Amino acid sequence: MTQKYSPSELLICLASRVMEDGTTAFIGTGIPMLAASLAQAMHAPNLVPIFEFGGTGAILEKLPLAVGDMRTYNKALAASGICDVMETAQRGFVEFGFLGGAQIDKYGNLNSTVIGDHAHPKVRLPGSGGANDVGSSCWRTIAIMIHDKRRFMEKIDFVTTPGYLTGPGAREEAGLPENTGPYRVVTNLCVMGYDDVSKQMKLLSLNPGVTIEQVIENTGFKLLLADKITENTPPTDEELRILRKEVDPDGLYR
Amino acid sequence: MVKNKSIPIFEEGEFPLIQPIDLDGFRAHNRKKTKALIDKRMTEKEAIEKFVKDGDYIGFELYGTVRCPMSLTRELVRSGKKDFRIVGQGVHELDLMFAANQVKEIDFTYISLEVYGISDNMRRRVESGDVTKIVEWSNAAITWRFKAASMGVPFIATRNMLGTDTLKKSSAKVIECPFTHQKIALLPALIVDTGFIHVNRADIHGNCQIDGISGFAFEMSRACKNLIISTEEIVDTKEIRKHPDRTIIPYYLVDAVIHAPYGSWPGEMSGMYERDEPHYKMFVDMQKTKESMDEYMQEWVYGLPDHKALLDKVGKKRLQDLTL
Repeated sequence: MTQKYSPSELLICLASRVMEDGTTAFIGTGIPMLAASLAQAMHAPNLVPIFEFGGTGAILEKLPLAVGDMRTYNKALAASGICDVMETAQRGFVEFGFLGGAQIDKYGNLNSTVIGDHAHPKVRLPGSGGANDVGSSCWRTIAIMIHDKRRFMEKIDFVTTPGYLTGPGAREEAGLPENTGPYRVVTNLCVMGYDDVSKQMKLLSLNPGVTIEQVIENTGFKLLLADKITENTPPTDEELRILRKEVDPDGLYR
Repeated sequence: MVKNKSIPIFEEGEFPLIQPIDLDGFRAHNRKKTKALIDKRMTEKEAIEKFVKDGDYIGFELYGTVRCPMSLTRELVRSGKKDFRIVGQGVHELDLMFAANQVKEIDFTYISLEVYGISDNMRRRVESGDVTKIVEWSNAAITWRFKAASMGVPFIATRNMLGTDTLKKSSAKVIECPFTHQKIALLPALIVDTGFIHVNRADIHGNCQIDGISGFAFEMSRACKNLIISTEEIVDTKEIRKHPDRTIIPYYLVDAVIHAPYGSWPGEMSGMYERDEPHYKMFVDMQKTKESMDEYMQEWVYGLPDHKALLDKVGKKRLQDLTL
């Protein structure tokens, strides 16, 4: 029997499963840190987390609270600086990158800069930080989002971080590196990918107990549907045990 | 030889530079800086009096709450100087400056309280229009702008920021690369009037060593006209010479050396002490309204004459508990 779990624990497990062993992933603050730590303990012991202020290949025994804290280079392979890791991504060494934001559109463009007009904002948000760099340079990016209509929008207020911009070929036309772009969107309702041809967001699998209608209802644009929509496995006992005992013993993300 | 064959500009960020690029002025300034191994120790107050004036373009090097030059920030707030143009990678230090309404224009990359959410001090000043100009950049872009200044060249090229509103609201330009004929973004060099960096150890001349990751200290230290260093420890130059490979900032870049133990408090310092989480959480709560933030400023900044008074107020016991 599977134990009860919280919405964030489900998000962490889903994000963790996307990560592959023996490769590099650019890790941002929050859920990606827990997901990377869980992945290292579960299926990806040789996952190399890269943090934007210079930590490369840390063993994530204690949960970092920020992308520059000491835990981001705990027993790490290298501790350099922001230029080194950003340049490493720009020349094609970083496979996965994690992103978040206040708004996302069907092409996976993300807004973390401003709600409303830039000159007279309704809400000023934290800004790009490393997000634009991750979205420009990493081969495959994974967005982690809360799923509702105010966030999944036809038109977002500001494109902080590039997804597929205006559609097929737009990234290359803008000068971004070829064959890069959004790969997955993990939400509290489902996991989505992108259509190979139209580059639009497509529903791949549902979280336990969630219906297709529910996802559509909470999405502000026309969502494509995969031919076969599967159901995501809930967090396993083993995942929950590691998450609660080792990754986040203080329960910061429970 | 090709002369003045024009390169097409596809797109330009809409803002003029907040800080114009004067490379020969920078070289002339650097020529005048002393290369002698003199004693540069002074207090926070003396350094700010000497090297900072209203309207300057200033920069802080830090990441999150790690290695923040907080003793210098508090003194800068107490100085009452104002109308600063700043480069933002701000977590705690800019909060204090926003509260004191000292910020006029920002080269903005990321200002937030990280896991604790959006900075309300920042929101209040930006949404009210007290900050009159905000120019957007990515983290890498800001660091590469320092790198261009460090190289002594007017710009550096990148493939980041392309195709986005981040670029539209910046001062970058997109051109056709004359070598590859692809679109490329040009980032203008960023020369800071006065920079503030906190380090693990330095000697009296300003040779600085940083433990752990070094963020953008290398690049920014080389992009500052005036550079004020605060340090956890002052060590003998012999100690520096034992591990010259650890010297991130050589003395000739540095104008002032301030001895500031626990200088990053309530933030942390690699290998030395952890973040003061209870204090930081209290600050996070108090920054939510202007009134409680004013109380915080009164108690933890204006009400204290200097860094020593602050450390006395925090208390030996608390500091020992944070020490690794």
